[in-house]
Amino acid sequence: MILEVSRVSKSFRGLKAVSQASFEVGEGAIVGLIGPNGAGKTTMFNMVAGVYAPDEGSIAFQGRPIAGLRPDQVCAAGIGRTFQIVKPFAGLSVLDNVIVGALQRSRDVPSARRYAAAILDKLGLGAKGELPASALTLPDRKRLEVARALATRPRLLLLDEVMAGLRPTECDQMVEVFRELNRAEGLTILLIEHVMRAVMALAQRIVVLNSGEVIAHGAPDEVVRDRAVLECYLGEEAEV
Amino acid sequence: MNRRAATLLAILGVLLVALPAFAGNYLLSVATLILYLAFAGQAWNVMMGFAGQLSLGHSLYVGVAAYVAGGLFFHYGLGPWAGLWLAMLACVAIGAVIGFLAFRFGISGVYFALLTIAFAEFTRIGFDHLGWTGGPGGMFLKVAQRDQIDLAHFRGPPGMYYYTMLALAAGAFALCAWLLKSRAGYYWQAIRENEEAAQALGINTFRWKMIAVMISSAMTAVAGVFFAFYYNNLFPEQIFHISRSIEIILGPIIGGVGTLFGPILGAAVLTVLGDSITELLAALGWEIPGVKQVFYGVVLLVVIMFLPNGIWPALARRLGLAK
Repeated sequence: MILEVSRVSKSFRGLKAVSQASFEVGEGAIVGLIGPNGAGKTTMFNMVAGVYAPDEGSIAFQGRPIAGLRPDQVCAAGIGRTFQIVKPFAGLSVLDNVIVGALQRSRDVPSARRYAAAILDKLGLGAKGELPASALTLPDRKRLEVARALATRPRLLLLDEVMAGLRPTECDQMVEVFRELNRAEGLTILLIEHVMRAVMALAQRIVVLNSGEVIAHGAPDEVVRDRAVLECYLGEEAEV
Repeated sequence: MNRRAATLLAILGVLLVALPAFAGNYLLSVATLILYLAFAGQAWNVMMGFAGQLSLGHSLYVGVAAYVAGGLFFHYGLGPWAGLWLAMLACVAIGAVIGFLAFRFGISGVYFALLTIAFAEFTRIGFDHLGWTGGPGGMFLKVAQRDQIDLAHFRGPPGMYYYTMLALAAGAFALCAWLLKSRAGYYWQAIRENEEAAQALGINTFRWKMIAVMISSAMTAVAGVFFAFYYNNLFPEQIFHISRSIEIILGPIIGGVGTLFGPILGAAVLTVLGDSITELLAALGWEIPGVKQVFYGVVLLVVIMFLPNGIWPALARRLGLAK
């Protein structure tokens, strides 16, 4: 198991955002984290990424406890993340945005630049490297968010709703990129996603959160037929 | 940098080196002041322009450094060369304390700026009560000779000060250009643009902000030592005053925060225009106190309204210098 989350809880001013949640992500797997709004998905992500320390429970990455580390330490350990609300370095060029990420592993700027350029090509942003990040459209900003996280060369990539706002064809392209990364480089992916089309196409296993608790856990086709999941999230007549 | 920019830079360099050959003492003193402000502006720009940490208390570093090196000269006759290192050490230590307090306890933005003002202000008041520095009565460095160069004690004709400041400003420019292209530059700009995203990409934001503050304060210390030996009189009321801090940051703001040429261009524009208006009013026989400050205010307003990124980015585009 590359990521083991066990009995993790987090409250904000008495409000339980995540409660006794446990799940695992296998090495090389793609796992979807789904659930209704306010279920605690992003809080869960932020605990894994080091933004918040859990109130209780433990998080282990590659067998090493990471709960309570700072975000930069979590990144150095090998976990990359994107933000649900994209956070580009607006004043820098697209390429420079990705170079910042690449400097995590390549300590000199020229080699970071080469690595960053290769990542941009992979995500179809190669021609836009010199543009300021502020000039990008939302789908491109989402791609940039992914490119920057990938440039840190993570073993585990946390994707927070990168498909939201993409058209179906763009969504399919993005799915293809992640499949390829997973297949060719063995990248493990944990994704929060509302776009079920993408989740079903990508995830080998799905974890369902509701009101901060894990209510289902398993293969996609089992999970989407689960009574509790249908009731709280997908709806009775879900067709996926 | 393209070829056109390199040519212009070379011409500017030659002009600056040749200036003392045809300029009188007045012109030379204006040029020295411009270079001094350009240097201090570049130092401030490392912190605010590159790393996004707004300091409104850089007069603190100028003052402490000036008093350390000036005091050693005044009391023991030591030239600035020993005092310089001590002054830099003192300023880096103060910068580290301010940075630690702010960054460790999450004080950022306007609150960080207030903290820098507070430190400058209480240092000013503290120096008023220090006997060693002469207190509010000031400290005066002896001006022995004006025509012979005495490098050991950094005494000499205006040309010597001019060339020293020219070398310092050029050195600061080279240092800033190198920093901006290095890993530090990328990390600082990432922190400036979005600290949360920077941290998620593996940047230890506390460490890199501390480094920015320490480099900036060390550079400003050099400006302070020069100030002491050039102007030869130090008063806490003047040197630590917030107007001194603002004088330092106006150049980069007018010229272009975060750019390499901005602080230099801004210092030149402000000083030349400010002095011309004083001269003009003197020629017309009008004595209006505070007119320079009003003028600075108007220039600041106009630049912020029409060129919010400063003069340099717009000028570079117009001249075809931007890449």
